[in-house]
Formats: sequence, C-alpha cells, structure tokens
Amino acid sequence: MSFQATPQLEAEVNELISHYPVKRAASLMVLHAIQEQFGWISQEAVQWTAKKLDLQPINVFEILTFYPMLRQEPQGKYQIKVCRTLSCALGGAYELHHHFCAKLGLDAHKHGPQTTSDGKFTVEFVECLASCGTAPVMMVGEKFYEGVSHAKADEIMGGCK
Amino acid sequence: MSAAATTENKPAAPAIEKIKVKVDGREIEVPRLIADWSGKLTPTTMIQACELAKTEVPHYCWHPKLPVVGNCRMCLVEFGTPALGPDRKPVLNPDGTPKIAKSPRPAISCATPVSPGMEIYTKTPAVKQMREGVLESLLINHPLDCPICDQAGECKLQEYSVDYGQSASRFVEAKVHKPKAVDLGPRIMLDAERCILCTRCIRFTRDIAGDDALGIINRGSYNTIATFPGAPFDNNYTLNTVDVCPVGALTSKDFRFQMRAWFLKETKSVCTSCATGCNILIGSREEKIYRYTPRDNDAVNASWMCDAGRLNYKWIGRADRLQDVWVRGQKSSWPAAIRELADKLKQAPAGSVAIIASARQTNEELWLLAKLKARLGALSDAIPREGESDKLLVSADRNPNTNGARLTGICFTEMGINLVKIADGIASGKIKTLIVFGENIVKRAVAHDKLRERETISEVVDEHGITAELLGKLDALIVSDILPNETTRLAHFVLPGAAPAEKRGTFTSGKGRVQKFMKAVEAPGVARAEWEFLQELVHHVTGQNNGLTVESLFNQMAREVAAFNGLTWQALGDTGVTVQI
Ligand code: SF4
Ligand code: SF4
Ligand code: FES
Ligand code: FES
Repeated sequence: MSFQATPQLEAEVNELISHYPVKRAASLMVLHAIQEQFGWISQEAVQWTAKKLDLQPINVFEILTFYPMLRQEPQGKYQIKVCRTLSCALGGAYELHHHFCAKLGLDAHKHGPQTTSDGKFTVEFVECLASCGTAPVMMVGEKFYEGVSHAKADEIMGGCK
Repeated sequence: MSAAATTENKPAAPAIEKIKVKVDGREIEVPRLIADWSGKLTPTTMIQACELAKTEVPHYCWHPKLPVVGNCRMCLVEFGTPALGPDRKPVLNPDGTPKIAKSPRPAISCATPVSPGMEIYTKTPAVKQMREGVLESLLINHPLDCPICDQAGECKLQEYSVDYGQSASRFVEAKVHKPKAVDLGPRIMLDAERCILCTRCIRFTRDIAGDDALGIINRGSYNTIATFPGAPFDNNYTLNTVDVCPVGALTSKDFRFQMRAWFLKETKSVCTSCATGCNILIGSREEKIYRYTPRDNDAVNASWMCDAGRLNYKWIGRADRLQDVWVRGQKSSWPAAIRELADKLKQAPAGSVAIIASARQTNEELWLLAKLKARLGALSDAIPREGESDKLLVSADRNPNTNGARLTGICFTEMGINLVKIADGIASGKIKTLIVFGENIVKRAVAHDKLRERETISEVVDEHGITAELLGKLDALIVSDILPNETTRLAHFVLPGAAPAEKRGTFTSGKGRVQKFMKAVEAPGVARAEWEFLQELVHHVTGQNNGLTVESLFNQMAREVAAFNGLTWQALGDTGVTVQI
C-alpha cells in the first residue's frame, strides 16, 4: 500500500503551502487534499506530508489522529453517517444505527467508523448534522436523508449499487 | 542544549535590574530577567520569584530547563499589583503604602511575569481550592496503581495528593482505559494511563535532544503520548524523559521493577564514560548499584546525561571482579605485595621502569603515579579512547580524566605518543619493569611491523606495539585493574583496584572542570582504591608522605601542580571548579 503522490497532488499541495506564512500551517489542508484524492490517509502519506512540510511524521500523525473525519483506513464505497446527537437520539437514531449494523454485519457497539468486509459500506455514528427538526437524519456520501425510517433505510441501502 | 546553560567562563553579563515583589507578604528582590531554558534572558515569572523566596508552588508542566507551556494549571496563584489612579499615579493607603489591586482572577505562576510591587499569594483558601480542583481532575482517569508503579516515592502526583488530594474519589463513572506497558523505544516504557499530558517529555526530546520524536495522538480523554508508528523513541538521551516525567508514565526499562526509590542511597558522583563529566547521583542499596541519574550542574550537564553513560554501571557488580592480590600466580596480601614492590622499585636503575596509566584513574592517583615516575626516571603514558561526539553532551574523548593525566605529567598533550618509545624500550631490553594501571594494553596491541604500516597512513594512536609477546620479555609486569583481562593474566603482580563508584577522588573534565565524586558502594574482596595503596607505595619508594586521606592528597596535589593552584578539596563543593587547562 505504498503511497504515490500524483503530479496533480504535488501541484495542489505546493500551491496550498504557498498560502501560509509557515509550511506547518498547511498541514490540515494538505491532509484534506490527500483524503480527497485517495479517500484515506496512509502512514506513507503521513510521511510524505511531513517531508513536504519539513516536519517529523509524528507532528502530522497528531493531527491525523485528532480529527475523526480524517480517515486512517480505506473507506467503503458508500459512507453512511447516522446522526446520534440529542434530537436524533430521541427520534430513534440508536435504533437506526443498530439497524444498519445488523443488516451489514457490523458491531453497533464499536467506536468509530466501520467498514464491511466487501468494502462496500462504511457506517459511522456521528454528531449533529444540523437538521435536528427532521430527526433522525443521515447522510450517504454527500447526500442528505431526513426522517429516516427503517424501511427508508433499506431502500437507501438498496439504492447503493 | 543551549550553549549558555553549560558553558563556563561566560563573559560577565550586564547587570540586571532588580525589582521588588512580595511573596505571601514577604518582600524580596528579584532580577527583572532570568535566563530561560535556552539561555535567553526572559522576564522573571511568578513561579521563579516564589522559588527565589523559597516558597514552593506545586507544578507539573513547568521545568526550569524546558520551554514554558502552561498546560497543567497546577501552579495557579492569586496576585495583586499596585493600583493606579486616573492620573496614572499609584494610589496610596492611609498609611502611605501603595494600595494593591488584587486581580479578580488567578494566574498560572509559571507563565506570568512579575512587575514591580506585585504581590503574590500562594497560601490563600482560593489557591488551595484551585490546587485541589486541578488534582481531582488529573486523578479522574488515573489508575492509582502506586503499589506497582516505579515512580512511587518520587512522584509529584503522589506528593501533591498528600497535600491537596481527597481520600475518596467523587468519580463514579468508569475510568477511561489507555494502553499500558507501551514499548516506546529500546530503553523506555510508557504507561499511558498514568500520564498527565504535561508534555515535558515532548519538549525535552524536541528542544533539548533535538529529536522531535514524541507527540500526543488521539483526542479528549484518549490523548496518549506516542511516537510515529514504527519509529521507536531511540536517541542517546531518551532516559532523561524518565527523569522529567513528573509521574510514573515513562519508566526506564533498566530500572523498572528493580528497586523501590525510597530504599536507594544516593551518592554524589560523576559519570566516567567520557570527558564531559556529567554530574550524577548513584542510587545503591546494600552494596549494589541500581541506577545513575543526572545531578544538576549548569556548568557541565545542566540537568541531563546521555543514555550510554547512564547505563554504564553493570560491570561494577560483575562476579568475576578482581578481588585478590596475586604475586606470580600465588594469592598474596597487600602488605607483602607492597613491600616486595617497594623493594624492587627502589633498586630499579633509572630508566628501567615504564608506567602506563589510565585516564580513567583519578587526579590523585595519576599524581601519585607521576611521583613514582619522577623517582624512577620512568617513561609514562596513558591510553587514548576515542569515540564520536554529539551536539549535546557526549565528548569524543571517552576517558573521564584525560586532562588529569596531562596536568599531572603522566602523558603529553597528545596522549599515547610515548607508547612507541615504551615498546622500543621493552624490545631493546632497557625497560625491565612495566607498571600498568587500569588498561588492558594487550587489547589494542598490534604487532610491530603492522603498526608501522598503519602509522604511515596516520591511523589512530590508540593502537600500539606493546603486545603480549613483548610483555613476556619483562622482568616484572605490575598490573592494577578492576576486571580480569589478558594483561592481568600476564602480570606478575596483580593489584585489585576499585571502580570510581567504590572510592572517592577527582577528575578533570575535558573543559577543565575539576569535580569530586563520593563513594557509593564497597569494592569486593580485598580490592582497594588505587590511591590508597599507591600512596603507601610512593611512601615506601620515595620516603615522601603525601597524606593519608583523599582530602590531604588532593590538597597536596593542588599545591604542587600548577594548574590546580589554590584549590582545596573543600572548595570543589558538589559541582566542582573550572581550572585553566
Ligand atoms: S509521559 Fe510523563 S512527561 Fe510525558 S506528558 Fe506524560 S506525564 Fe508528562
Ligand atoms: S555525556 Fe559523557 S559524561 Fe555525560 S553521561 Fe554521557 S558519557 Fe557520561
Ligand atoms: S441532532 Fe441529528 S441533526 Fe442535529
Ligand atoms: S506549571 Fe504552570 S501550568 Fe503547569
């Protein structure tokens, strides 16, 4: 799984670095750029980033492990985010999350994102998605779903080819 | 390391203005600026003012030799500053003293500079409450495993808990569990649950050791000190992080589970593994050494020492130590051996004796050997020991007392250049007696013809032509050493000596720091400190009495050797004195 930066990533990162007074300040943006392109950030990518920014790998690894949205493992083709914060929790988010996990053979009690063994789905229980009035809500990739019943959930899953 | 923290003889600093502050009602004068970890003058902080006033302020993250971060909040204090009227003039009390406006909020004393007239309050009920609060929060997820923790007895968390802790926890939820016994590097073990995230270890390795290897990963209650996966924490200074860690999170694999800290007797000593001469404490119990830890000396090693030097003590307790006097293969006694040697040396024609000493011997011992040298008209030298230096402490000269050997006249500035002459003297039969102290000379010996070959390509001087074969030509080979080796096996006289940890004495460091060290443990068997039997031998051979104690030997030496002029054992203090070399 060695990491190979594409010329366009190189160019993008060089551009990003030029926006900041010190290279280190670009760390987060560089990680975003990598994740955008590869879907996740490998240890090799961390080393590459550190080199680019004249840092030690641990400096970049600290950031990577701080933000849950930065992924340390390859993600499923479809990324399901179920909101777990108060309104959704009251609206049945736990049951919904449980439903997905049961259907996909995942452990609902495990912390953090989980990916099915076929690499098709990643399910994550996340904090407020800012649509509290239409709880429970969820996202698949960039797409937003409101008032998700279990039947609707099955329909959404079915739509993922 | 900052140059300023370790360099002696710095040019006199410009006078620093003093300001008056009050600590708990007591007025003291403090300098406006104090050198920070890097030696740069920075505004004096409240915690430093309190230290100068001998008032302890509990703290975790602050360390005088590390950058200030102010993250633990343990050092919170209350304070006030002189009130100013609308006219920017100080408001006065009816009795004429300046009115103090107490700050409504506390401040962390480690990162708040003092100002003239400031009053610092460290003993108020509010301060006590804040300390209790900080401590309670630090203990929320702490495993409280003191009974199996190596730091117990020297743990700041324990100490402050005694002062500000509660006997029962109010925390009823489940504690967060974090990794335990994490193998951080070859010499360091981390218990992440005990860590209070003060970042001292990160700052030490980044800013002092120059190896930015540690960081905090994950977030919230799962925060953990870590290295980058697959990059072990491994530089020559890692064990200093164990010293700076205020709790039992970082432990030394070498010392882990070996001995309770409170059982250790601590003896002031000096590291012998290179010419830097880092000041150390030897921790021993019942004649066994358990650890070395650095001892503060701003003129030498600040608060640090290298891992190699720190761990170089195990040989002292080796079972095969020389512990008997041997004369021609027979066990003998000190009185018999010294008498025979004295008679022999007294009758030796001038120039028939040579001395090879070790720059690991003390100043006093080398000086006594130099006395023999003078009386016997002997050639003498010592054996250089070279390695690589680094940017922080380690010197390329791996002998602790090269300058002692030079100043006492045992060797020339370039150590080892006389070895060729000694080899030639033995080969020609002129030298019949060889006295060797603390060096396994055969080990570095290279057959004569090969050596010449190497010299032409300017190879290292620490190889010489004094081979076992050549030693066979001697009438008498007199060897004192600590461990058995090829040379002691060839010797006619074997005099068992003492490791530096087993005797008192002084070394002169690479930079000319004369430093004394004390005795931590007893030498095994009849092994004795070399200075003890050397002064007897010198007395018998030369008739001189140079003193019977290390103190008197040192003082006498300081009177005779120009470079030590004026020094006394007492004047050396605990941290030594720098002489002109
Ligand atoms: S391991 Fe020790 S020194 Fe390092 S952050 Fe934790 S408590 Fe502080
Ligand atoms: S730098 Fe030299 S004197 Fe200091 S601890 Fe290391 S070996 Fe010993
Ligand atoms: S609580 Fe679910 S969107 Fe806000
Ligand atoms: S010692 Fe001041 S905040 Fe830690």
